[in-house]
Amino acid sequence: MGLAAKKQDATEARLAALSLPSGAGWADAARVEAVSRFRAMGLPDRRDEYWRFTRPDDLNLPKAPEAAIFDPQEAPVYSDIDRLQIVFRDGVFDPEASDDLSLEGIEIERLATATTKDIHWSKDIYGVLEARGQNPVARPFAALNTAFATDGIVIRATGQVSKPVHLRYLHEKIDSDAILHFVIRVEPGANLTVLENGPAAARFNKCMEVDVADTGIFNHIRTQGRDHERRAITHLFARLGEESSFKSFTMTANGVLTRNEAFIELTGDNASAHIAGAAMGDGDFHHDDTIFVTHDAVNCESRQVFKKVLRNGAVGTFQGKILVKEGAQKTDGYQISQSLLLDEDAQFLAKPELEIYADDVACSHGSTSGAIDESALFYLRSRGVPENEAQALLVLAFLAEAIEEIEDEAIADDILGRLEGWLSRHRG
Amino acid sequence: MLNIKNLHVKLEEEDKAILKGVDLDVPAGAVHAIMGPNGSGKSTLSYVLSGKNGYEVTDGEATLDGADILAMEPEERAAAGLFLAFQYPVEIPGVGNMTFLRTALNAQRKARGEEEISAADFLKSIREKAKSLKIDADMLKRPVNVGFSGGEKKRNEILQMAMLEPRMCILDETDSGLDVDAMRLVSEGVNALRDEGRSFLVITHYQRLLDHIEPDVVHIMADGRIVKSGGPELALEVEKNGYADLLGEVA
Ligand SMILES: Nc1ncnc2c1ncn2[C@@H]1O[C@H](COP(=O)(O)OP(=O)(O)OP(=O)(O)O)[C@@H](O)[C@H]1O
Ligand SMILES: [Mg+2]
Repeated sequence: MGLAAKKQDATEARLAALSLPSGAGWADAARVEAVSRFRAMGLPDRRDEYWRFTRPDDLNLPKAPEAAIFDPQEAPVYSDIDRLQIVFRDGVFDPEASDDLSLEGIEIERLATATTKDIHWSKDIYGVLEARGQNPVARPFAALNTAFATDGIVIRATGQVSKPVHLRYLHEKIDSDAILHFVIRVEPGANLTVLENGPAAARFNKCMEVDVADTGIFNHIRTQGRDHERRAITHLFARLGEESSFKSFTMTANGVLTRNEAFIELTGDNASAHIAGAAMGDGDFHHDDTIFVTHDAVNCESRQVFKKVLRNGAVGTFQGKILVKEGAQKTDGYQISQSLLLDEDAQFLAKPELEIYADDVACSHGSTSGAIDESALFYLRSRGVPENEAQALLVLAFLAEAIEEIEDEAIADDILGRLEGWLSRHRG
Repeated sequence: MLNIKNLHVKLEEEDKAILKGVDLDVPAGAVHAIMGPNGSGKSTLSYVLSGKNGYEVTDGEATLDGADILAMEPEERAAAGLFLAFQYPVEIPGVGNMTFLRTALNAQRKARGEEEISAADFLKSIREKAKSLKIDADMLKRPVNVGFSGGEKKRNEILQMAMLEPRMCILDETDSGLDVDAMRLVSEGVNALRDEGRSFLVITHYQRLLDHIEPDVVHIMADGRIVKSGGPELALEVEKNGYADLLGEVA
């Protein structure tokens, strides 16, 4: 059988295992369109330009590979932060475990409720930002998500939201295959923070579409939790209006497979987009960040800061692009991707790209891969700092530029504590 | 305090002997100086004593108050009271000077079974000591040695020494790169620490430093051995005539 035929068979097998939700109201059309988008792209394989570093096999399978449930034996992240908590168990909204969804300055509804209303703001975003993000690079799992999402939440911030909205994903069944879709709209002048954490399922496909209107502010902090065997493919699509601000930070610890894609478009002048990640892997760990930032307006700023700490066969990959469209003058674009390899078995693969069609721009990108600085390690030890602690200090120093992208101090401290915890558990 | 007997050291990676039988005894409360031509092995001695990788001890021993320091990890040597002011202090981006010093101080205390220093006491102490070395608050906040001038790095070494209060201080060319005023500051810093329970081994090329920090004994090192020891007048002789006469005399 030819490769193309193989791809088509795999795609059809994947589709056959899923069913479109019935009675999805206006979303029916969006879902059907997404199916045809997905079918046209097909499931990825190694020949696809942006799948050379990451094997999609486990994501392509019709059934989710099993993943053992992991007890992290620590208080969940964000525990000390006043927040509105929304809980999902293996990809299903749990109203009992969740807080009341009403909160000043914000409208929160379950996706299934929103889609049955004839007129709804989320109609203009659901599957729309995802579809925009399919060009020039195909993201088949995002289309699959739009088509088959079984649950999700739509959030509309209309003013100063008094506390962060926390999406908490619990993993309880060893073979769960969750597909969640979130639609977020930040209205002009509104300010919203979304927190996420948890392994979610044995296999997790998550898509988040974020539309930030002029002068809106969106902050996003995510921790991808510690179940070792879980697989995750996530997409973050964002469209930014004039003078808006977007910040996203992700911490990933453990997980045999994580691919986080982001597609961020700066469409209004003077907008700012920061996206950062800190990933730590030991052993059977594959982490992939695939990030596209498109400048399509004047005087916008973007930053991509991705750091990975890898050991014992762990693999990290980074594919990142800054695309500056014609006319997007005064663009200030920055991208850095770095890995710290704690031994010789770890591996980092990077594909940093700049594509610029405007002449008055300042863009820079860099990618490095290196080991712990032995002379710094000795210097610390010569002052009495034990080797493990000295190594942890140097690792945290390496991650600092990414962690600095977290605006809220309490959250940054919480994340820092998790990183320290991970490092103390994973010592050579 | 520090006793070195017949110490032989070669590079781990290649068959190159660097120290070829060093004998040295620094008693408690004493200040000893080591001078010697470039490449004679002075820094190597200081590195081997503090536990840097890359060297292999092929013979001999080194003890600190009778304890075999060569068998200890670098951090254990530090906790035992050994301190090396580096010839080339290392830059550590991302680790704040204060964090670094507090972590080090508390790690040493913990290793010795002592209580951690409180944040307030630490702040008070470091501010005081930094002030006398003319190290400003901004330098304390910056990452360890990053962007420091040569002289600032050396002053920072002395600040660390003052904070950690080691018993055996090895200063490797702490005077090089210092302007006249900084030399005085650093010497004052060192002299303030002089105590009957604390010893110094001062490696230098210049007699000038020894005007400020007066040594009890001056040793001359050449080709991996201490070839001559004497009083402070030995340093004056080096200053005046160089090493040729001295070494010729020995040979
Ligand atoms: N890691 C190393 N690799 C190769 N050669 C080394 C190494 N360490 C020391 N050496 C060599 O050992 C000899 C002694 O070096 P060392 O730095 O101890 O000299 P020194 O007396 O401190 O000199 P200086 O006065 O220039 O500081 C030199 O020839 C040096 O090149
Ligand atoms: Mg030297």
